[in-house]
Amino acid sequence: MIGRYLLQRVAMTMIVVLLSMAFLGVLVHLVPGDPVKVILGPRASESLSATVRAEMDLDSSVPRQVWNFTVGALQGDLGEDFVSRLPVTTLIGEALPHTLVLAVASLGLAVLLGVPLGVYAATRPNSWFDRISRVVSVSLITLPAFVGGLLLLLLFAIRLDMLPAIGAGEFSDPVDYARHLILPTVALAATWIGYLARLVRTSMLEVLGQNYIRTSRAVGLRDRVVFYKYALKNAIIPTVAVLGVGLGNLMGGAVFVEVIFTRPGLGTLIVDSIESRNFPIVRGAILVIALLFVAANLAADFSYRLLDPRIRVRGRSA
Amino acid sequence: MEAPAVTRVSRLGGRSLPGAKILKEVAGRPAGLFGLALVVFLLLIVAFAPQIAPYEPSAQNITERLQGPSGRHLLGTDELGRDLLSRLLFGTRIALGVAFPAVLAALVAGLVVGMIAGYLGGRIDNALVVVMDTVQAFPAVILALALLAVLGPSLRNVIIVIAVSFAPGYARVARALVLSTKQDQFVEAERALGAGDGRIVGVHILPNIIAPLFILLAMDLPAAITVEAGLSFLGVGVQPPTPSWGVILADGFDRVRDTPWPVLSAALILMLTTLGFTMLGETLRDVVDPKLSGVRRWRRG
Repeated sequence: MIGRYLLQRVAMTMIVVLLSMAFLGVLVHLVPGDPVKVILGPRASESLSATVRAEMDLDSSVPRQVWNFTVGALQGDLGEDFVSRLPVTTLIGEALPHTLVLAVASLGLAVLLGVPLGVYAATRPNSWFDRISRVVSVSLITLPAFVGGLLLLLLFAIRLDMLPAIGAGEFSDPVDYARHLILPTVALAATWIGYLARLVRTSMLEVLGQNYIRTSRAVGLRDRVVFYKYALKNAIIPTVAVLGVGLGNLMGGAVFVEVIFTRPGLGTLIVDSIESRNFPIVRGAILVIALLFVAANLAADFSYRLLDPRIRVRGRSA
Repeated sequence: MEAPAVTRVSRLGGRSLPGAKILKEVAGRPAGLFGLALVVFLLLIVAFAPQIAPYEPSAQNITERLQGPSGRHLLGTDELGRDLLSRLLFGTRIALGVAFPAVLAALVAGLVVGMIAGYLGGRIDNALVVVMDTVQAFPAVILALALLAVLGPSLRNVIIVIAVSFAPGYARVARALVLSTKQDQFVEAERALGAGDGRIVGVHILPNIIAPLFILLAMDLPAAITVEAGLSFLGVGVQPPTPSWGVILADGFDRVRDTPWPVLSAALILMLTTLGFTMLGETLRDVVDPKLSGVRRWRRG
């Protein structure tokens, strides 16, 4: 039954979460050599080395360190920034909303444009519209987020000077925030617009070939009703299944877009902290992204199962 | 839920076409011809970069810095007066020289892990699946960043991190294919005749599962090229002055208000490369094994 599947899936997810924490806890020890040098590089000062050694508890045994990091992470303690001595969770808390808004806006835009594009193309297979949209889709799919971001920045922010190139604005000024959000969102969404268009087109064509659709049309229902009311409802299900993966992809792609548009999100935080060798921030921010990715996949998996009666039944018989 | 799809693949995917015939079918489709042409063109550049490039990629000429396109420099110069066209042409060697070994290493590692998990089964299988799940709990770019934070930036390390983050994909497919193949009658017959595990895996299972993995490799190449360029763009991958397209994009981004040419030309060659490899890979998949399209995987970032 779905209840049992749900329980198994949640248990498995918990194990993966714990292992992810342990992996990040042991990360500095995966590279041979003194972990302080691994973190700070060969030319670190004595005092900073001592700080890092104490802060990360590097003198205790490796299993102890992994245990401490995992238990700390479970309690919401990800350590301190080497420089400012602020808790890593505070820095992540400031950055996370900007990344989430960007990822969710991009996913929303991708659904808003990709799904209708796929449906429209599927209702006219091999028409000119379908052919052009297929070429556009594959071009968008292969367009890396950082290339799209740079081109948009060049055209709309620098050449045409229509939209801001730098920063995210303030939440207190929603209009300004939205203006800052437009280019990064389009850059990040591009791949997924193409991807969803293709996915929806394929699954729509599959559904349209089925008997119940033929019957509906044979009894004289209007095409519009058949396409949008009957076919789309089933054709959209695979899309739901990939949205979880999509959100994770977008969190990864967000790194590039944030760096290009200087948005103070998690990606910028990670890249800046790698440069300044502030390891606790890198580790903490990466853990938060992994947790969000795992949670999104779990949510998508469940909604997929709830939406599709065929899978519910198959799950029961298995 | 993935396993049955893959199983079906291997059943119907037994079309063993000779190489020349595959090539002919790929070239017979518009997308395949387009991809093939682009890829052959890139491979020619890789082979003959020193002969084609008008300048040394690292030759500086400060008096001619930040120029637009001209007769002397077809795509202009960068902030150190280096010829942009020459750097982009040599960049093909970095892009493919990182991506190809990386995906090949991912395939080999994934194949070994997947075969062990699928063939031995039981607790070893469970443990390996959990490890794969954990690696895939991180979006690929994010995992690459985590590993590069401790490994440090270098061309070799970029190959390593791409291989690690791509390997679980191959392991999953290899495992599923082994699980189905090992039930086959011919494997049962071999076992009854007294063949050992080594012989069964090496002689009977491996040749039957390797083709789909190479199709996945072809489809992963553009993703690996993108990841390398992206990491190098962020400054954590291939380091300057090596002419990685990501490095050229990063340099160009710093100077984008002075001259748009480095960003535009590097973006264009990167887009054409990923498009060409994707179209070739997808056509190859459709020709060799139409059912394999069910095994589409998700590259992140």
